Amino acid sequence: MLASVATFGLEGVDAREITVEVDVRRGLPAFTIVGLPDVAVRESRERVRAALLNSSLEFPLSRLTANLAPAWVRKAGPGFDLALAVCVLAASGQVPSGRLESTAVCGELSLSGEVRPVRGALAVALAARQAGYGRLIVPVDNAPEAALAEGLEVLGLSSIGRIVDLLHDRRAAEPVHASEADEAPLATPDLADVRGQADAKRALEIAAAGGHNLLMVGPPGAGKTMIARRMPGILPPPAFEEAIEITRIRSVAGLGGRLARERPFRAPHHTVSAQGLVGGGSHPRPGEITLAHRGVLFLDELAEFSRAALEALRQPLEDGFVAITRGQRSLVFPSQTTLLAACNPCSCGLVPAQCECSATERARYRRRLSGPLLDRIDLVCQVSPPLALQLVGRESPAEGSAEVRERVVAARQRQLRRLAGCPVLSNGGMDGRMTRRHAVLRGSAVQRMMDVVGSGGLTGRGHDRVLRLARTIADLAGRAEIHSDDLDEALGYRLGTVGEAAA
Amino acid sequence: MSDACDLCLRRAYLIGRLAASIAGLLDRPRRRAAGLLALPEEDLIGAVGGEGADEGRLFLDAFDPLAARELLTEASVQAVCRHAAAYPESLLALGDPPAVLFMAGACRDLARLGPEPAAVALVGTRNPSPYGLEMAYELGRGLGAAGVTVISGLALGIDAAAHRGCVDAGGPAVAVLAGGPDVPYPRSNRRLYERIRAGGVIVSEMPPGQRAYRWSFPARNRIMAGLASITVVVEAADPSGSLITSVFAGDLGRTVAAVPGRVTSRCSAGSNRLLGDGARMVTCAQDLLDELYGVGWQGPGPAALPPGVQARADRSGGEGLGPLEVRVLDALEAGLGIDGVCAHSGLPAREARALLSRLEASGHLRRDGLGAYRRTAAFR
Repeated sequence: MLASVATFGLEGVDAREITVEVDVRRGLPAFTIVGLPDVAVRESRERVRAALLNSSLEFPLSRLTANLAPAWVRKAGPGFDLALAVCVLAASGQVPSGRLESTAVCGELSLSGEVRPVRGALAVALAARQAGYGRLIVPVDNAPEAALAEGLEVLGLSSIGRIVDLLHDRRAAEPVHASEADEAPLATPDLADVRGQADAKRALEIAAAGGHNLLMVGPPGAGKTMIARRMPGILPPPAFEEAIEITRIRSVAGLGGRLARERPFRAPHHTVSAQGLVGGGSHPRPGEITLAHRGVLFLDELAEFSRAALEALRQPLEDGFVAITRGQRSLVFPSQTTLLAACNPCSCGLVPAQCECSATERARYRRRLSGPLLDRIDLVCQVSPPLALQLVGRESPAEGSAEVRERVVAARQRQLRRLAGCPVLSNGGMDGRMTRRHAVLRGSAVQRMMDVVGSGGLTGRGHDRVLRLARTIADLAGRAEIHSDDLDEALGYRLGTVGEAAA
Repeated sequence: MSDACDLCLRRAYLIGRLAASIAGLLDRPRRRAAGLLALPEEDLIGAVGGEGADEGRLFLDAFDPLAARELLTEASVQAVCRHAAAYPESLLALGDPPAVLFMAGACRDLARLGPEPAAVALVGTRNPSPYGLEMAYELGRGLGAAGVTVISGLALGIDAAAHRGCVDAGGPAVAVLAGGPDVPYPRSNRRLYERIRAGGVIVSEMPPGQRAYRWSFPARNRIMAGLASITVVVEAADPSGSLITSVFAGDLGRTVAAVPGRVTSRCSAGSNRLLGDGARMVTCAQDLLDELYGVGWQGPGPAALPPGVQARADRSGGEGLGPLEVRVLDALEAGLGIDGVCAHSGLPAREARALLSRLEASGHLRRDGLGAYRRTAAFR
């Protein structure tokens, strides 16, 4: 007898529909799985057999052949257990197979017959909805997450026995509520905790407002990491669609399935490999830049990252996605993120007053930073250790993240209105043509820009970058036109050139 | 076109041919090659001895001045021997003046290179502090703008910064190389080499195509000291190769000067010691112009300066700065960073950045490779 059940396998951050077919035939008892299963899938034979027997169900003493279609796709992981078990039950006539139409099944089994949670339930639910399934059976722990996909009946079940009851209509499933965002207070640190650092805070605000990549330069202990961690708190909260994207990626990576209320902040250590950063592996997994999608990727000690890792970041930062090809398949991971980076002023890492590094040593340290990556950085700010007065003294309390976020949100809305119809969402993403169209200088600002370009202090690319930055600064101030002061400030944040006059 | 007699040319090429053997002879790099280079040809060959000597004798017999001249034309290098009118008189004061100066560049009469006949050598460490670089650049620029020739060795660090300052100001620059004048050394200063060759002169006692040996660097230093009326050590550790030039200058009875540096900085130990030994203290280009021409001399009027430099040269120190700007510059000088600037000036961060970038445009500040602001030496 033959039965088939629909399930989904993870492929990158998406789920692909897989049909499980089981054929039960007379012959020597055997259970074969075909369709490019990996070790975990092949082992699922033992889990399925034990789970059925331990749930007082029958495991047919016949020749069983399971096929996972399409047969050319490699299947990985234990998420096919439940579909295989249900399919065996249907093929052996223990559950009515008619009840399985337009139902997808996904879950891992324990030997006792319990259903264990899987990674990427939201991705599965979204794919099931898109493929036109009306009902999805998932492990009970994954149900709230899967229910985030609206318009799909999600059933969360805790054991194979419950599923049999359900398919026999002996017992109805309890309704599942979509995962609520965590009501507990957010753990995102507040900008008010940072004393002094007015300049770095300002740079952070501009970076958040325009989606500009930011490099912070300062000696260790000055507070670069502390400031960077406050970036998600001043970015606009994610819209529902964005939150779904963030949650889906997090869930695929096994980082929990609650609906994201804040944008992700990823801070990989500098020993990370190129694959770890942009994704990869024989079963490609999302890298840090994808985990930071719609949020912040923070690279502390930028000069210590391997050159290969930094070079690998260039294209994803530019295009907003990573295309990874492994063997026969090609995957696309989203990677729209704001890059925050931090490094020391020179290799000794001492405060300027104690630093004895020669100009040559400084230039050598500077050259360790990948030039093409620095090209993608719009803002450079200096972070110096707080002044004694600011650290000890009773300063008036600094501005909190909430107030800064209000300004950032307002500036972003202004950009969205201006960029309506364009594929980019913020000034930082504008290309050369958009920059020339939307960031126009007038009056005294034109002369100022001409002076700077004329004196050789700005390349063509640097010119566009300064314009984009000036546009964001004007947006923060609520100005329709770029004021000369906005341009001055933008010019103050650009990167110096190596080898000019000094070095 | 060449202005060298056959015998001098033969001698210059002989030294080039024997360079490798001389390197073996001078086991210690600091040992002065002066005595050797002053020897007559036969004695020089004798001193080298061994295989090198045989090679040298063969070379002397086979030397073809016509072929050598053709090679010079091919390399666009001119030769001036010590019997020619264009040979710099100041070099003859050396005990061992080079027989021939090979030159590549705009002019073969060094005295007519710039509007002023005077020349100043700016030398220093290859591993300078940002301060040393800044001072070298600013001295080079100030001298160049006044039309005074700046001599240096095209080495990394101070040398290159001094050249760059002079060339940026459109001034006459002379680079004295340890190898042939058509071989840019070090390679990383190739672009600077081309700029100097286009508007100034590259000088060497080595024939074209010759590589540099360790001994030829101190030998080159004697030419720098010989050509210059003042030798300025901008920044040098102690001991340091750049101090050799100041010793040559002292032996010639020329003025030795040094730029004072931080007492705690190892980069400045040598130059500070020179000051203690009685060298003239230099804090700006005007100090050198005062020494050359008497107090208050300002040069022949603004030379052909690039627009940015022109604007800076028009203003003198501190003028045009309000009290706010002065406070901002002082805070930066004290190493307080931009937050210090905000705290001392009372400006919000965004206005502080804008003000800093305006001060950069006016030449008071410069930015390093990672965006940090540093005060320039231009208005001190």
